[in-house]
Amino acid sequence: MPAVKVENISKSYGKTVALDGVSFEVEQGELFGIIGPDGAGKTSLFRILATLILADEGTVTVEGFDVVKDYKELRKRIGYMPGRFSLYQDLSVEENLQFFAAVFGTTIRENYHLVGDIYKFLVPFRKRKAGKLSGGMKQKLALCCALIHKPDILYLDEPTTGVDPVSRKEFWEMLKKLQRDGITIIVSTPYMDEANMCDRIALIKGGRFIGIETPENIRRSFSVPLWAVRSGQMHRLLNDVRAFSGVKNCYAFGETHHFTTGEGFDRDKLWSYLEGLGHTSLWLEPAEATIEDCYMQLAKM
Amino acid sequence: MREFGAFVKKEFFHILRDKRTMLIVLVMPVVLIILFGFALSTEVRNVNIGILAPSPDPMVRQIADKLDASEYFTVTQWLNTPDDIHAAMKADEVQMVVAFGQNFSGGLLSPDGSQLQMVVDASDANMAQSYTSYASGIIAAYGSEMTAMGQDTGILSQVQFLYNPQMKSAYNFVPGIMGLIMMLICAMMTSISIVREKEMGTMEVLLVSPVRPIYIVVSKMVPYFVLSCINLATILLLSVFVLGVPVAGSLAALWLVSLIYIIANLSLGLLISTMAQQQVIALMFSGLLLMMPTMLLSGMVFPIESMPWPLRGISCILPARWYVAAVRKLMIQGLPMIYAWKEIVILASMAVVLIGTSLKKLNNRLE
Repeated sequence: MPAVKVENISKSYGKTVALDGVSFEVEQGELFGIIGPDGAGKTSLFRILATLILADEGTVTVEGFDVVKDYKELRKRIGYMPGRFSLYQDLSVEENLQFFAAVFGTTIRENYHLVGDIYKFLVPFRKRKAGKLSGGMKQKLALCCALIHKPDILYLDEPTTGVDPVSRKEFWEMLKKLQRDGITIIVSTPYMDEANMCDRIALIKGGRFIGIETPENIRRSFSVPLWAVRSGQMHRLLNDVRAFSGVKNCYAFGETHHFTTGEGFDRDKLWSYLEGLGHTSLWLEPAEATIEDCYMQLAKM
Repeated sequence: MREFGAFVKKEFFHILRDKRTMLIVLVMPVVLIILFGFALSTEVRNVNIGILAPSPDPMVRQIADKLDASEYFTVTQWLNTPDDIHAAMKADEVQMVVAFGQNFSGGLLSPDGSQLQMVVDASDANMAQSYTSYASGIIAAYGSEMTAMGQDTGILSQVQFLYNPQMKSAYNFVPGIMGLIMMLICAMMTSISIVREKEMGTMEVLLVSPVRPIYIVVSKMVPYFVLSCINLATILLLSVFVLGVPVAGSLAALWLVSLIYIIANLSLGLLISTMAQQQVIALMFSGLLLMMPTMLLSGMVFPIESMPWPLRGISCILPARWYVAAVRKLMIQGLPMIYAWKEIVILASMAVVLIGTSLKKLNNRLE
């Protein structure tokens, strides 16, 4: 039995379509990533999975329970960390965790082994108000609160947004460990680089899934030549490259611009073309496709 | 049950740690009572009056002395002609003039009687009304004194103020303030505190928990229920010991009515919270749609009887109107509870309807 089975769900708010015919399955014990920009429908999907809103169409079963009919049963088994979850700012770290433990009918002591690895970072600050914690600490505490009742499945909606890179890395290591403990995890992120940490990822755009695969297969499926280019005039470079014949798609990628090419593309011609346009300290190399490149390519289709 | 206890504890933490809210909740009743009791008093005290007497005879002097001797009036001017009245009024030297007819004492003994006129500055209509009734009272008392002394003075009307012989305005506004404060704390604070959880995103997590939504909202009500009871006690103590307004009737009956009223308002707060998604909206709802009508239409400031029928109709759906009426009967008039049965039944039915509607609207999900 898959942990989550989503069949053809759609959800609209008035005229805005949030989800449009989404289907996927998540296996038991899998770390499943949902990758996409803001407004792609990630939060709506999580809320449907968490029994918080109803889909207009389609069915969802989680751990064998229907999210509409069996929501009461299901709520005992879900751990959910919403995107804008901010805890109770005026309660201390310890009080927050105590409260959430009590809400789910357990105590910190009873399930300390589940959160111990994460909570140990917070112990020195346990008397501090949650509102006074750093972003990384807040996320750790929120994760503890979502885990304290030993859920079978954990939903994390953009848990690393607004968290520094070091804490993000730590956070993903924690998720890996939870996965080894047998918890199924569905996590969303707008950061493409985090996708590699997942077993499988779904790329979502405008309420539709544009690809579900392992990160490796998604990268491998990248079928066209990819180049990275850099010059002293980065801003102008983007439009100049786009105007060159044989260039299909050019977009900013960190410190360089990435572009894909089609038939009739010639590297040397581009080089001299760009030099002719007055670009200095030019650099042009073939590039390895990342998840972000795949996303850009799939999103174009 | 342990879950419920944890919820209530958390709510108390929220309230106790928010110093500003605590201050408002606990100090507001005291400030309002003291403000209304002393600063915004509508009582008559040391009002300057003039006496117009074309022929000052002993009886006119005696009445003038009576008026002057009372704590309500001070005779500051003796006028000679009716024209002086306007001059004195315009100069704001007097608020009222008592004008005696020609040959006042002599006229009293004649079959036609004699005439006395009160000219009053009615730019503040309510105060003008009070001045004339106070003055009439004093003159009437003088008249009956004369009669008792064997002097026939013809018929003089007599006014008696029941339940509030000194015409203290506190008797009027204490029930009103009770109604207002409990509405603010129960309906406004409860709705805001529930909507805050929606805004902060914590409501999502609570809804995903196995705790039933009804426990979540009931746990929100408990602290505000306790606060309202504290406030009720504060107001009663202040009104008895500071304003000198006694609880004339049964204290138990008063508390019973108040508890029904508190419950009705808590459910009103819950109802608002199910409709509002943001704290600002909840605040507007309770501020504009509840507080304003309650202040203006519940009878705490303006008498309901003198309102046009559409406003009277609106006042009927305000719980505060019935509560204020019941408190007047039970606390000021000291009537047994049976006399307030109509108000109690209406309040109780309002509470039941509000609880029913809000629980029905209470959602197991986010939308």
